[in-house]
Amino acid sequence: MDRVSTSHVLLGLLAAGPRHGYELKRAHDERLPRARPLAFGQVYATLARLQRDGLVVPAGQEREGGPDRTTYALTEEGRTALDRWLAAVEPPMPYVASTLFAKVVVALLVADPERTRGYLIAQRRAHTARLRELTAVKTAPSAGLNDVIAADFAIAHLDADLRWLHTTLDRVADWHREVHP
Amino acid sequence: MTYLEARGVVRAYGPTPALRGVTLDVAEGEILAVTGPSGCGKSTLLHCLAGILRPDAGQVTWRGERIDEWSEAARSRLRRTEFGVLFQFGQLVAELTAAENVALPLLLAGTGRRAARAAALAWLERLGVAEVADVLPGEMSGGQQQRCATARALVTEPRVLFADEPTGALDTVTGEQVLTQLVRLAREQRTTVVLVTHEPRVAGYADREVTMRDGLVDHSGLGLDAPVSGGHW
Ligand SMILES: Nc1ncnc2c1ncn2[C@@H]1O[C@H](COP(=O)(O)OP(=O)(O)O)[C@@H](O)[C@H]1O
Ligand SMILES: [Mg+2]
Repeated sequence: MDRVSTSHVLLGLLAAGPRHGYELKRAHDERLPRARPLAFGQVYATLARLQRDGLVVPAGQEREGGPDRTTYALTEEGRTALDRWLAAVEPPMPYVASTLFAKVVVALLVADPERTRGYLIAQRRAHTARLRELTAVKTAPSAGLNDVIAADFAIAHLDADLRWLHTTLDRVADWHREVHP
Repeated sequence: MTYLEARGVVRAYGPTPALRGVTLDVAEGEILAVTGPSGCGKSTLLHCLAGILRPDAGQVTWRGERIDEWSEAARSRLRRTEFGVLFQFGQLVAELTAAENVALPLLLAGTGRRAARAAALAWLERLGVAEVADVLPGEMSGGQQQRCATARALVTEPRVLFADEPTGALDTVTGEQVLTQLVRLAREQRTTVVLVTHEPRVAGYADREVTMRDGLVDHSGLGLDAPVSGGHW
């Protein structure tokens, strides 16, 4: 699956001005509400790497803090790296790398169609339950634009998976005959 | 006693079988999505449940009453009072303004002119289209028309709302706004909703989903609410 470049996201969050690690973590989790929350360790490790590569520099120390209260600022090179990342178009699904897909193919090789169908049905049920949860999140009167955009992204992907699950359920019998002639 | 139910409902159009013995329970206050591929009989089932079409065989029961046995006049009265219907293309009356369209079901049910207009305006307001109250459908956008149609379906405060692909003709964002309002208002009023759709993301607005295939509700193990066959993985 797609791995998000934490370095570039952090560079982006520093574009608005210097921040320290804790602020970056908070901003990340707030801006990307449905992403996996960043661990502190990951924030500091990433900042260290960015500093080594000259993309950020320590820009001061908050008074009452220890070493983790260092604020970081974007360098000229950091801004260039960020611009380059933003300008690069992501390859639209260069190859199918999904556990869901792999599992269905392997299931057809090693198991009978009933078992494959059982898996597809259980998966469809789980997807549908998640789709309902996300729909409830985005339609709640308290939902902000950030929540709605994040939920939309997840819903669009679940919707695509669900359509594929429906189609595949219909195809399983034929497909099995092809794999085991 | 199930609130609304179909028992072995069969219906054909001439030689074409559309429903081949559908059995379905709808609980009071629930929002139920009916999904399935095009041509599987969703609309026909909705029409039978709403008393628009009469089944060839089987029963439709609402609060213990066999509504499929009622006369055409009684079923048509039911649709003006207790049931609301919403279709893909709003089907507003072209010669009437938005407010007149929304007031129409109330006028037909015997409400006075002034009260009907006041209620219509209040519902247009709730659906965020108060500004088109005196506009004819031909001069409204698709989204505005569908909001008016939603207002018209809800103005009688029906106990059951039947919606057939209600956002099928709208762009994604407008469709979502209409659905969000519809679901919110239905929950506020404890209106039971039967929502026909072929889109998983629209079914996401429902509390429960049943799938149809070839004129039958799928109770075979393919349905989301049937037990999983084939064991766990
Ligand atoms: N008015 C009609 N006359 C003849 N056949 C019809 C009519 N309405 C629907 N059908 C047929 O009945 C079947 C079920 O249709 P419908 O209930 O509209 O399905 P869905 O809403 O799931 O697309 C289809 O084969 C369709 O072609
Ligand atoms: Mg239909």
